[in-house]
Amino acid sequence: MRIKMSRGDRIWSAVVAVVLILLCLIMLYPMIYVIGRSVMTDGERALNPTRLFPRTFDFSGYKFILFSGTNIPRGYLNTILRTVIGTSINIALTALAAYPLSKKYYPGRKVITGLIVFTMWFSGGMIPSFILIKSLHLINSFWVYIIPQAINAFNLLILRNFFMQVPFTLEEAAKIDGANDMTVFIQIYLPLSQASLATLVLFYAISHWNQWFDGLLYINDNNLWTLQYMLRQLIESTNVSNISSANTTLDQIPATVTVKMATIVISTLPILCIYPFIQKYFVKGVLVGSVKG
Amino acid sequence: MSEISARPKQERQPGRLTRIKHYFCDYTFLHLMLVPGLIYFLVFKYLPMGGLVMAFKNYNGGAGGFAAIFEAEWMGLQHFKNFVSSMYFGRVFFNTLILSLYRILFGFTAPVILALMLNDVRNRYFKKAVQTITYMPYFLSWVVVAGLLKMLLSPDGGAINGFLGFFGAEPVYFLAETSLFRGILVISDIWKNVGYSSIIYLAAISGIDQQLYEAATIDGAGKIRQIVNITLPSISEIIVIMLILSIGRIMDDNFEQIFNLYSPAVYEVGDVFETYIYRNGIQEGKFSYTAAVGLFKSGISLTLILFTNWISKKFGSEGLI
Repeated sequence: MRIKMSRGDRIWSAVVAVVLILLCLIMLYPMIYVIGRSVMTDGERALNPTRLFPRTFDFSGYKFILFSGTNIPRGYLNTILRTVIGTSINIALTALAAYPLSKKYYPGRKVITGLIVFTMWFSGGMIPSFILIKSLHLINSFWVYIIPQAINAFNLLILRNFFMQVPFTLEEAAKIDGANDMTVFIQIYLPLSQASLATLVLFYAISHWNQWFDGLLYINDNNLWTLQYMLRQLIESTNVSNISSANTTLDQIPATVTVKMATIVISTLPILCIYPFIQKYFVKGVLVGSVKG
Repeated sequence: MSEISARPKQERQPGRLTRIKHYFCDYTFLHLMLVPGLIYFLVFKYLPMGGLVMAFKNYNGGAGGFAAIFEAEWMGLQHFKNFVSSMYFGRVFFNTLILSLYRILFGFTAPVILALMLNDVRNRYFKKAVQTITYMPYFLSWVVVAGLLKMLLSPDGGAINGFLGFFGAEPVYFLAETSLFRGILVISDIWKNVGYSSIIYLAAISGIDQQLYEAATIDGAGKIRQIVNITLPSISEIIVIMLILSIGRIMDDNFEQIFNLYSPAVYEVGDVFETYIYRNGIQEGKFSYTAAVGLFKSGISLTLILFTNWISKKFGSEGLI
């Protein structure tokens, strides 16, 4: 027997559909707005403040930031380097530390885990860390992007919890066959945790890609600035001097707002393109990492 | 889960010396694995905590770097007194609290409502599309979101002022209006995080026994009645836990968001602990004073977190550890 939807249910379904469609439009609108208007001529943009899709295309903003000798391509390279090197080190160190802490028989595991959890609740804060990093001579060094955030405590606990779910019998059997800890870790645990590791790669990579504050605090050298930091400086200012270098051809600078929009788009595009393919991993990660009800 | 206490191929060793020896020999590889991580946490997390003694000292940079903190002269609680008696104390404290309360009030309910609505979508593809689109802004940095907002809200050719212009309104400089700034913070926070935060509720809802809904439908309960009488009670536990945990984070002030959006015009309504620390510490070099402000903040924060974690355990949360 098929139960017909009542009048109230039909109204509710309609309300849900309308609200969700509106929500999607609100989510997409700012991005479409900036992408569309980054390829608009100045005149068209000034006259039509609400227009999304250009009548005439003008790519001068992109041409300027990518091909006129600005610092942006260098920033792009720095961001990619930081993301690749940083994430590799993140994953290696996180996996190495998570493994012993996942062993019920490892002495001192509770104390050490407790000390790591405590760092999520309490920290020295901005000022002592700033002075420490200055004293470690990490100022104006590429490694300031990598070393001070080599491990994220939360990600470490996610991976540790995953390792703990691997059945102990696997390790036991391998050890009886003469395997040592290294073999067990590399040949049993790492292959079994591919999905979890993928989630962590995603979290770490996004956080590296989006990071800008360490550039602001520790880097004065424009050859080391990352894309996000340059974007921030550009958005805060009223001209393009922040991203220009000595060899920038300055004869044809587009309107600053065009440059800003184009920079927003190129710094976001990689995330938007990769995101749909990695969505399933991060949903998994959220659920592993959140409280178990 | 059963407790596994003994290693394979290993008897419990008698005697203290052998025990110590075996601690270092059998676990060599595990110890080695842990070394880089331990060094990292000691140097980059615990050393700065030790550096917090500068809050009770008179350290304002200069030669010697981090080590010089420990040689600086003692000031007792002077920096804390200066902060609490300054006019900024009330402003920074109030702004942090009111923004967190708004965040809990609106930012907390929005994802629950989104999850309830998503759950009632029958078309699989529509549901998937809505999820993909609403989760996306979570991955943008606050720099980018602030850039988008500044373009949209610009008094000089921004879309919102464009729409208002159709009705003959004068351009509004949204981000410099003290009456609008907090609203913009709350809305942009929801815009960025609502989809992502809804995931956990959606997962909780998907765990509800479908027979409950079938029985309710046969009894003639409509969709809204099912939400009120089945869905909400079934996920109430997780809602309570998330609420308690968000109260524990009430001193967190969303630094990246505010720092990228605020300007001196809205300090009055938007200046929070971390932004105040950045301006006075990093920019003006009042290291000891701002370390004291930071310690004041994280002290309250730690107390709240410990308290709310304890409460949430009472409500059945296992937490992460």
